Amino acid sequence: MNESQRVLSTVLRPRADHDRREKIIRAVLLLFSAVSIFTTLGIIAVLLQETILFFREVSIVEFFTETRWTPLFASKKFGVLPLVNGTVLVAAGAMFIALPLGLLAAIYLSEYASDRARKLLKPALEVLAGVPTVVYGYFALTFVTPLLQKIWPQTQAFNALSASIVMGFMILPLVASLSEDAMSAVPQSLRQAAYALGATRLEVTLRTVVPAALSGISAAFILAISRAIGETMIVAIAAGQQPKLTLNPLQSIETMTAYIVQVSLGDTPQQSIAYKTIFAVGMLLFVMTLVMNLISNWMTRRYREVYE
Amino acid sequence: MLQNHEIALSVNNLNVYYGGFHALEDISLEIPARQITAIIGPSGCGKSTFLRCFNRMNDLVPSARVQGQVLFYGQNIYDPKINPVEVRRHIGMVFQKPNPFPKSIYENVAYGARINGYKGDMDELVERSLRAAALWDEVKDNLKKSALALSGGQQQRLCIARAIAVEPQVILMDEPASALDPIATLKIEELMQELKKDYTIVIVTHNMQQAARASDYTAMMMLSKEGSRAGTVIEYDRTDAIFTRPKDKRTEDYVTGRFG
Amino acid sequence: MNGLFANENGRFSPRLSLRLRYGRLFQLLSLAAVTLGLIVLSVLILDIILDGYKWLRPEFFSQFPSRFPEKSGLRSALQGSLWMISLTALMAFPIGVGAAIYLEEYASDNWLTRFIEINIANLAGVPSIIYGLLGLGLFVRGLELGRSVLAGSMTMALLVLPILIVSGREAIRAVPQSLRHASLALGATKWQTIQNHVLPYAMPGILTGTILAMSRAIGETAPLITIGALTYIRFDLKGPLDLFTVLPIQIFNWVSLPKAEFQQLAAAGIIVLLAVLLSLNALAIVLRNKLQIRW
Ligand SMILES: Nc1ncnc2c1ncn2[C@@H]1O[C@H](COP(=O)(O)OP(=O)(O)OP(=O)(O)O)[C@@H](O)[C@H]1O
Ligand SMILES: [Mg+2]
Repeated sequence: MNESQRVLSTVLRPRADHDRREKIIRAVLLLFSAVSIFTTLGIIAVLLQETILFFREVSIVEFFTETRWTPLFASKKFGVLPLVNGTVLVAAGAMFIALPLGLLAAIYLSEYASDRARKLLKPALEVLAGVPTVVYGYFALTFVTPLLQKIWPQTQAFNALSASIVMGFMILPLVASLSEDAMSAVPQSLRQAAYALGATRLEVTLRTVVPAALSGISAAFILAISRAIGETMIVAIAAGQQPKLTLNPLQSIETMTAYIVQVSLGDTPQQSIAYKTIFAVGMLLFVMTLVMNLISNWMTRRYREVYE
Repeated sequence: MLQNHEIALSVNNLNVYYGGFHALEDISLEIPARQITAIIGPSGCGKSTFLRCFNRMNDLVPSARVQGQVLFYGQNIYDPKINPVEVRRHIGMVFQKPNPFPKSIYENVAYGARINGYKGDMDELVERSLRAAALWDEVKDNLKKSALALSGGQQQRLCIARAIAVEPQVILMDEPASALDPIATLKIEELMQELKKDYTIVIVTHNMQQAARASDYTAMMMLSKEGSRAGTVIEYDRTDAIFTRPKDKRTEDYVTGRFG
Repeated sequence: MNGLFANENGRFSPRLSLRLRYGRLFQLLSLAAVTLGLIVLSVLILDIILDGYKWLRPEFFSQFPSRFPEKSGLRSALQGSLWMISLTALMAFPIGVGAAIYLEEYASDNWLTRFIEINIANLAGVPSIIYGLLGLGLFVRGLELGRSVLAGSMTMALLVLPILIVSGREAIRAVPQSLRHASLALGATKWQTIQNHVLPYAMPGILTGTILAMSRAIGETAPLITIGALTYIRFDLKGPLDLFTVLPIQIFNWVSLPKAEFQQLAAAGIIVLLAVLLSLNALAIVLRNKLQIRW
């Protein structure tokens, strides 16, 4: 009985001080994770506030249907379409390079490369993704554009095409890496089933692995498009500052992001309507990329669930 | 059968669920102090689950739910007022695979004492614990060496020393020798005989000989009935009784099946 | 082909050699895609080195920018980048690691946790210039920090936070469960376990992730332009509320100037920027290997 007395009095006493400390720590850590939520809320609040002010002065209809964008001129027109046109033109061009090459690279890494080659090539490609975008902008302007001008002399000094090409190579590693993840997640047994029917490696790859990894690959593609739309420095440096409705990639255009940079660099008064445009354009950009990111993340989660 | 012993732990109507899955069904028994109690039974019948109930390690499994009482010298460790951290300091555990901290041998032993605010001479405590775990002679010259550099058997004895250093009343062992070779296993068993002078030991084992050789009492666990997946204790008695004249047919089959 | 399967009965025509030839062609094609990416990378680096190496003199690092190319340098940009990266790390590291700890060690599987996770995944994809607008509205104007290096760093901290959290979580998830159990079974509290065992074990991974996040921050330009980092700073940066410029903004500024010499200065600045990034990545690799062998 001696022992039990000792135990009862000394052993299992509740330690309130410890408990309180643990609770405080937990609360602080929760607060840290909530910073990400505050960030999202902050983005939405800031963009919304200025956008609402903007639309008090400019009608939404004009914003989405007018075909001229001249907020910095004396005669102001607020049609965002030329900026969207520029953005889509450059992004589409970039995708012409990034999607096929990225997918091919992923196929090579996941289906053909030896382990040694993969360990070497993957980080090398990732270096490509780690180069700051201002560097790509420089490369587009001083290397690619002169090259294009040799081929097509009518190419303007600032043009959509050189930005597209360079952006394509910038995004290639993203497509390659995410698609490769999706293809590696395809179970080996599926490949073996196809081989056992007498399929060649190419047929296994194209008819079995790629279709099975399709949702992951699509997720990679959508994320790549979203990245291209939000990319700023390459277009700000190399694509020009002339918002216009055109499909000619050899001309100077302006993207949504480049416009925001243009206004930020200039001396536009902060209370002016011209200044509020960058938040309205930013809002549009945010919504476009957010939708794509949501879809992409949702698809990624789905394929992970399927194969786990 | 336990009249002569002080009762260290007493289990009343214990049920454990993992989500909707009933893992342990209605267990009641008493664990004698300063004796070795073995838990045996086929794989998956809930031995580890049962053992983890004694120091509330099941709290760490998000889906696990424990019903019933476990009294530690009369006090219910599942009382909402009791902090599981307190329970674990008094009811230590040695795991199936040796899991030393990636620190020095010395730090491994000293860690538990440090966090529990030990005020005595730390060097002395480390030496005493390592001696008690029959490891001192092998490591005394390089206590600063990484614990991961020890052999598996040495690591397991280090884990025992680490558990002893916080001066618990009970040591739970979940197949402590299953990852070890026969010689290291024997060392652990000898060590258990030494330790039982001061500590209550509950050990899960797959090894019938080990249970027969090393334990004083044995609890036989089985799935409670055909078709059910819930485990329970079907027979609990002195070890020699379990192995020589089991009352339950299933115990006999299990015990003899392994022997013969 | 007939030898092995002589009883081929004519109902199949596998045309295997043709299919295999397609296969080899395709393999070459896919290899070409990888190679093309690497060729572009090499051309880019080579082009920049050739353009800029002449300007890498000691004065280039000690002079302020100037209207005259030969008197121009990176002094203010280097100071700004150093300040910005230190402040960013100071703010982002504890918050990022704390959030990672919460999500891995504390969070239960409920709607709030899932919401936080989805939110972080989406934040990682928000264009950096949007963070610039956030910083402009929230820090520059809202908190009235002005176009200071502190406002820039706070913006950048929010931008790299998702990277830090994701890499931190990975590192923490890699800590073996047995280590936690060993500590808890000794009567350690949850936080003691995290502090004494989980974090030290995960630290190499966390630091590697932090360095990668910092390399992202060093190369970012757009958000800092939006919050108004100046491009022409001719004084030393003395405190967190001073105006500032950083390496990529200085480079951008030179790229936009028409004179050929300024373009070469931009190239020289890029060489410095890439060298910094390369050393950071090397540091990350060294760090990971060093800290991992110790135990
Ligand atoms: N964390 C968990 N979540 C859900 N079910 C679990 C969990 N841990 C154990 N179980 C289930 O509970 C039952 C008992 O498991 P337990 O590990 O206690 O068995 P055991 O007798 O120790 O087996 P073994 O001899 O193989 O170690 C098993 O059916 C197991 O699948
Ligand atoms: Mg077990």
